[in-house]
Amino acid sequence: MLMLIGSLITLIGSIFLFLGALGILRMPDVYNRMQAGTKATTLGTILFLAGLALGYSHCTCWPRILTLILFIVFTNPISSHALARAAHHIGINLTEKSVTDKLAEDEAENGEKL
Amino acid sequence: MAEIIYNISAIIALAGMIIALYRMVKGPSIADKAIALDVMTIISISLIVYIAAISQKIIYTDVALVYALISFIGVIAIARYLERGL
Repeated sequence: MLMLIGSLITLIGSIFLFLGALGILRMPDVYNRMQAGTKATTLGTILFLAGLALGYSHCTCWPRILTLILFIVFTNPISSHALARAAHHIGINLTEKSVTDKLAEDEAENGEKL
Repeated sequence: MAEIIYNISAIIALAGMIIALYRMVKGPSIADKAIALDVMTIISISLIVYIAAISQKIIYTDVALVYALISFIGVIAIARYLERGL
C-alpha cells in the first residue's frame, strides 16, 4: 500500500519533469525558458525522489535522498539566478511580448552596471 | 502494479530528457544550452536514484549526490564565464 502511494507520487513528479522539459522547448525567450526549466523541475525532482524514498523505504536510502532533495532545493535557484544575470549582462534580448525590464531600468537610473 | 507505475514514471522522465537534449543541440544562445544542460542533469539525478532504488544498491545514491554537486559548480562556472570571463 505504501509502495502504491509512493509510485503515484513518483508519477506526478515525472509529469512535472516532462512539463519542465516541454517548457524548455516551447517558451520564446531565455528568461521564460529559465523560469519553466527551474521551477517545474525543482518540484518534479522533489516529488520523484520523495515517492522513491516512500516506496522503497526498506532499502534505507531515505536519508541520502533527503540530503539530495535539500541540496537541490538550495542550489537550483542559485544557479538559475546566476545564469539569468549573466544572460542579461551579455545582452540577450527579451521577447517582444515582455512588458517591463526592471534591471535595465535600475541600471539606466544609476548609470552603471549593477 | 507499483513497479509498473515506477517504470512508466521513469519512461516519462526520459522523454523529458530527450526534449531537453533537442533544445541543447538547437538552442540559439549559450544561456539556452546551459539551461537545457541543467534540466538534463536534474532529470538524470532522478533517474540515477530510481536505478539505485530498484536495484537495492544504496551506494548509487552517492553518485547522484556527487553529480548534483558537480553540475551546480559547472553551471556557476558557465555563468561567471559569460559575465566577466574566466
